[in-house]
Amino acid sequence: MAHAFYVYSSYGFAAFVTIAVTLWIWVDGRARQKELAALQASGIRRRSARPKDSE
Amino acid sequence: MSETSLAISKISDLANPTRFLALAQRIIPWMAAATAICLIIGLYLSFSTKGDYQQGETVRIMYLHVPSAWLSMMCYTVMSISAIGTLVWRHPLADVSAKAAAPLGAAFTLLALVTGSLWGKPMWGTWWVWDARLTSVFILFLMYLGLVALNRAIDDPSRAARVTAVLILVGFVNIPIIKFSVDWWNTLHQPASVVRLAGPAIDPEFLRPLFVMAIGFTLLFFTLHIMAMRNEIWRRRVAAQRRLAARMASRED
Repeated sequence: MAHAFYVYSSYGFAAFVTIAVTLWIWVDGRARQKELAALQASGIRRRSARPKDSE
Repeated sequence: MSETSLAISKISDLANPTRFLALAQRIIPWMAAATAICLIIGLYLSFSTKGDYQQGETVRIMYLHVPSAWLSMMCYTVMSISAIGTLVWRHPLADVSAKAAAPLGAAFTLLALVTGSLWGKPMWGTWWVWDARLTSVFILFLMYLGLVALNRAIDDPSRAARVTAVLILVGFVNIPIIKFSVDWWNTLHQPASVVRLAGPAIDPEFLRPLFVMAIGFTLLFFTLHIMAMRNEIWRRRVAAQRRLAARMASRED
């Protein structure tokens, strides 16, 4: 393939950026979920997530 | 209830972050699957079609470069609509949407700049020129970085949202400049060849992979955007619960 370096570099860079951004968002989500779970386990809940007085 | 008020009620239902999280949970797997299918078909078409008689194999860079460039502008448009939502209606998710979209816009703009540079070297004989199209896209990239930095620099979330929203709307003037730069000024970059009044100037052989890749990239953007919005809602809940824990601890002292 003529100009293979330019074509493969473009696809390689696009793959790198796409995978890096996807992984960053996924890892960020997992970290936030863990933080929320830890807070809930320690008894800290949002007002709307707390059981009502009547319950 | 009329159909219009029912539709408005459905949209305003989504303003509730808990409802948005439930909807995101349901649609993210489907959107991710559709993205993967589109990108696999798009990549297959990108490498199975013939090279161009003039540009040779480098035409394959177009299938990445053009969707990235489209998305760099579409992402900013999404942020501008979100900014209006923040300033006019104070929609609780508008600020979340703008904040989540900014790093994605920066990533797609960087992709457009780098793949454009890799396409420019064999075709133009240079990696970069300060022509109208390239310079305005580079400014867009700097604007995305600036917006991310500004939003993180202000501690008060509602003030950060308002200041960022104003700056987003001011910066929107760059989007028509990017789009029409190749018509208004005599640039090295080629004029519009897909979205133009006279119809696409590209052979259908090249248009097919381009459209499939464009749909794949658009689905990728929306999937990542919804995931990033979900992360931002969770981040705000963590911050709120930590404040609550700190208040409870200080009361016990």
